[in-house]
Amino acid sequence: MQSNHRLALVENKDADPQAQMREDIASVFEQVLGHPVQITDQTDIVEDLGMDSLGVMNFVMAIEDFYDISIPLDRIAQIQTVADLIHAVQDLRSGTPT
Amino acid sequence: MTILAKHAASKLVYDSLKEHGVDPVNVRFDSVLSPTEGMLHGRRTILLGTNNYLGLTFDPDCIERSVEATRSQGTGTTGSRIANGSYDGHLRLEEALANFYGCQHAMVFSTGYQANLGILSTLVGRGDHLMLDADSHASIYDGSRLGHAEVIRFRHNSPDDLYKRLRRLEGVPGDRLIVVEGIYSMLGDTAPLKEFAAVKRETGAYLLVDEAHSMGVLGATGRGLAEAAGVEDDVDFIVGTFSKSLGSVGGFCVSNNPDFDILRVVCRPYMFTASLPPGVIGSTLAALEKVRSEPQLRVNLMRNAHRLHDGLTALGFQTGPEANPVVAVAMPNTETAVLFWKLLLDKGLYLNIAIPPATPTNVSLLRSSVSAAHTTQQIDTALELFADVGRQLGFLTADRRRAGGVV
Repeated sequence: MQSNHRLALVENKDADPQAQMREDIASVFEQVLGHPVQITDQTDIVEDLGMDSLGVMNFVMAIEDFYDISIPLDRIAQIQTVADLIHAVQDLRSGTPT
Repeated sequence: MTILAKHAASKLVYDSLKEHGVDPVNVRFDSVLSPTEGMLHGRRTILLGTNNYLGLTFDPDCIERSVEATRSQGTGTTGSRIANGSYDGHLRLEEALANFYGCQHAMVFSTGYQANLGILSTLVGRGDHLMLDADSHASIYDGSRLGHAEVIRFRHNSPDDLYKRLRRLEGVPGDRLIVVEGIYSMLGDTAPLKEFAAVKRETGAYLLVDEAHSMGVLGATGRGLAEAAGVEDDVDFIVGTFSKSLGSVGGFCVSNNPDFDILRVVCRPYMFTASLPPGVIGSTLAALEKVRSEPQLRVNLMRNAHRLHDGLTALGFQTGPEANPVVAVAMPNTETAVLFWKLLLDKGLYLNIAIPPATPTNVSLLRSSVSAAHTTQQIDTALELFADVGRQLGFLTADRRRAGGVV
């Protein structure tokens, strides 16, 4: 219980840059899907946004262009939610290989 | 619910095809009569989807060499070259391939799929980067998963996107291997290889070209796209197959890399599988000689390719960007594609149907592969059948100029 509370505090502290990223990611979604979308950290990129494999690929490539990164295929396979994507982008931008 | 319940989504698609009374992955020929004809449900059927580019599967010399090798050396090697030893034919085929490409080294695999599995998983490893064209064949993707390199996908046929991604890796240690294909198997488009070669030179990456569909097809002497584009010196590794223009089965890799032979003791898909049987080696050697001695085959092939591609375009169908032996026609949706395919088959024309996600742009395709062995009459019959079915399904307007509904 207590540790959950602490985790929540840490997340709040980092909320700003992540909120900005969510906004950016939403704009990339809009650009790829052709209509605006509402996303949260929990949004499932395939299930909730109804993307097929080609849509996902185009979306990933647009995200890569936006952040000037390349997301390796094994990392892409691990990304299910918007939060996963944010973590992957943050890792790759900071040069953390995990 | 069994252990296979996880494939429910695929089962749904497959079952829906079967509901239409078609099963494109289980076509059963009563017999195959020639490189271009088979019997299907008692009906003579034109084969326009078997990648038999040079039509060598029934070549008398190839058959004779295969029979001779089988009689003298048996039906199979019953094991790997490491365990059971190489036969003279394996070495002669490797010499012949090296000689054909003007390369120092060649290595033969038991299938083209295994050639990609083996080479891609062994050339690069942990800490390296594998740069794949997004439309790469399944064997390339699977090879990338067998190894330990980081895999980065670039936009199909985009040297600029590749360059951008290699630039992002500046300062990151490790080797980079770029993988592209000579002719892409679904749409029949070729890679802009000159531009890819320039990116490779500028970034210090290695370049591998999979010439599965372009060997024996492109280039002045049939060596493929690298020869046609005049960039053979920039290509570090060529991978190919015997199961298309050479009419048998098997795969290979050729290279001038001085350390090439180390692959024989580290490349697992080469080491841990049975080697090709003598009969296959025999016909493949004969077929490779035909590629060299009968350039007319390529002339006939391209003539047929242009006739089919241009004919379909003139009818109003949307075809791929280039007239190559792979000729794809875009269908407005999967249902139409299935119906179109079935009607063609009922009228005696066999080709391939490709539906998402097996297609590059989520478009359903009818995919033809032309052979040098097709007669002009067969190509014209195929065009007539396309026109018939197109009209029947309301595709083509009366004047046959525009394709209604085709994207």
